[in-house]
Amino acid sequence: MVANEKGKPEKRYLFDNPRNVKAVIFALLAVCAGLFVADNYVERYYDHPWETLFGFYAIYGFIACVVLVLAAKELRKLIMRKENYYDD
Amino acid sequence: MTSSIAPFLIFFAGAVLAALTRGWARSVVLLAVPVIGALNLLALNGAEPVTVGMLDYTLTIVRADRLSMLFGYVFHLATFLGFIYALHLKDTTESVASMLYAGSALGVVFAGDMITLFVFWEILAVTSVFLILVRRTERARAAAMRYLLIQVLSGVILLSGILIRVYETGSIAFDFIGWSGFSSSLILLAFGIKCAFPLLHNWLTDAYPEATPTGSVFLSAFTTKVAVYTLARAFPGTEMLVYVGATMTMFPIFYAVIENDLRRVLSYSLINQVGFMVTGIGIGTELALNGAVSHAFVHIIYKSLLFMSMGAVLFRTGKINGSELGGLYKSMPKTTVLCIVGAASISAFPLFSGFVSKSMVMVAALEEGYSVVWLALLFASAGVFHHSGIKIPFFAFFAHDSGIRCKEAPTNMLIAMSLAAFISVFLGVYPWPLYDILPFPVDYKPYTAAHVLTQSQLLFFSALAFYALKLTGLYPPELHGINIDAEWSYRRLLPRAVRGFVRAFQPMDRGLRTAALNAFARLTRYVIRFGGPTGALARTVSAGGMMLWVVVVLALYLILYLA
Repeated sequence: MVANEKGKPEKRYLFDNPRNVKAVIFALLAVCAGLFVADNYVERYYDHPWETLFGFYAIYGFIACVVLVLAAKELRKLIMRKENYYDD
Repeated sequence: MTSSIAPFLIFFAGAVLAALTRGWARSVVLLAVPVIGALNLLALNGAEPVTVGMLDYTLTIVRADRLSMLFGYVFHLATFLGFIYALHLKDTTESVASMLYAGSALGVVFAGDMITLFVFWEILAVTSVFLILVRRTERARAAAMRYLLIQVLSGVILLSGILIRVYETGSIAFDFIGWSGFSSSLILLAFGIKCAFPLLHNWLTDAYPEATPTGSVFLSAFTTKVAVYTLARAFPGTEMLVYVGATMTMFPIFYAVIENDLRRVLSYSLINQVGFMVTGIGIGTELALNGAVSHAFVHIIYKSLLFMSMGAVLFRTGKINGSELGGLYKSMPKTTVLCIVGAASISAFPLFSGFVSKSMVMVAALEEGYSVVWLALLFASAGVFHHSGIKIPFFAFFAHDSGIRCKEAPTNMLIAMSLAAFISVFLGVYPWPLYDILPFPVDYKPYTAAHVLTQSQLLFFSALAFYALKLTGLYPPELHGINIDAEWSYRRLLPRAVRGFVRAFQPMDRGLRTAALNAFARLTRYVIRFGGPTGALARTVSAGGMMLWVVVVLALYLILYLA
């Protein structure tokens, strides 16, 4: 527990309790599962052939973000410089 | 009741008043100007164009059609919110510059001819630079100078294009231009610089994060959206813009993921959002153009909200790097919630404003057969949620506790953010007032079960990806450092090249100059030897001697003559 400048123990905040963090993550997983299953029950229009794939948007969103982050991480090796790079 | 007062006049008059007043009187002026301006704007709706004669030309300083009115409304709204946010400021320069800047943005969108357009285009550049300069740091000063240079360059290119076009067509009217020929290319390039087209975009990511917390709120609202307006007016249906726009949505998200300065993350995401608008303008159908301008409208509000929340963090903590922040939800819970509303809006969550506008562009892309572009836009939609929707709130307010304990944002900032958040949610839930003012009749229903489901799937699974990457430790940490971009060419390559050039030519130059100096010295010595005070030509000789020589010469002449 962090002590504030007056030396009193600081109050516990919402996410200082690991149970609350777990609850958020559990909610996320539950919503994801629900949305994925819901693909069965909602009629979609198909303008693009890939859209006919079950759960296309879910899969595309997941893959897009993983690709984005991993590619950006690789990009960092190429383009990252020290903070004063332009100053000297 | 109709009006014939140009919207910019009210703002410019307000700027004069703001310069003359102090304290609460100035606050009243700053807040009253956008309100009075809005009343005038309502009276302008459908009014006749306002013209003034200048030399041989008739300038149309107000053309109030549906397109310019829409931008007029949102610029007034953004000014009002911006000044509430900046109410604590005592800085005269910044207040006056903000007012002039907003006024010149209005000048551009209501300009009916290209001369008026150019004049306000330049005032826009010059007034906005003060919002960066007033940060009063060396970094900000340097960034401001680079910013000004590029903005003025855009103006010079625009002027060249306009002059050629006026010569070719004989008309100064600012209407549909279309991309064909040299003059239209110049005009398109000038618009493109201000619109942050790829490779021309770094002035934005360079300067906006260096502006003051309040300045960046104003900057985020006007300059690029003025350019979006001019593109929508002059170049709708230009196919090249579809691909330019798609590129703009794609590449900044990679930078945003690894950028540490959170206001720079927002700057990259601004380019990404403008990319959706540019794509819509390029597609050029009624649906696409409605999508582009409605996205501009809602974007101005939620982008202001995001810049406001990060500005509040910077204002209270003095820090803005993701690596130094975290856990601020404990100190700034209200700012946290408001920031999340902005994040949900830019991510286009159902019930938030991005949801009702962005999808128009995406549907139009599919309808017109741009499948690959559509996939790119979908990728970018997931990406924008990732860096603006998750990264910004997560690293500022949650993540690891940085130990920073500060006060909640000032009341005026909270009010401004709350209003922006309210508008974002209101338009997300009830988009019809916005749809009513779009340039074309709207036959689009955002809330279908399929749209809600697919968009929710896209976003929640993006969040799942973030969680999975965090859990596995694959997510890149926030690191100190900068990422080089196209600006490398003029901030590193060009100075280096100039230095290299100087270094290579210095010996040669020195040699040439030494040789020239030596030659000159030799010439001088030669002249002095013969013409100097002791030289042969300046020597004095006695009169008798002279007489003798004259006699000798005459005798020689006589002999030659007689011979």
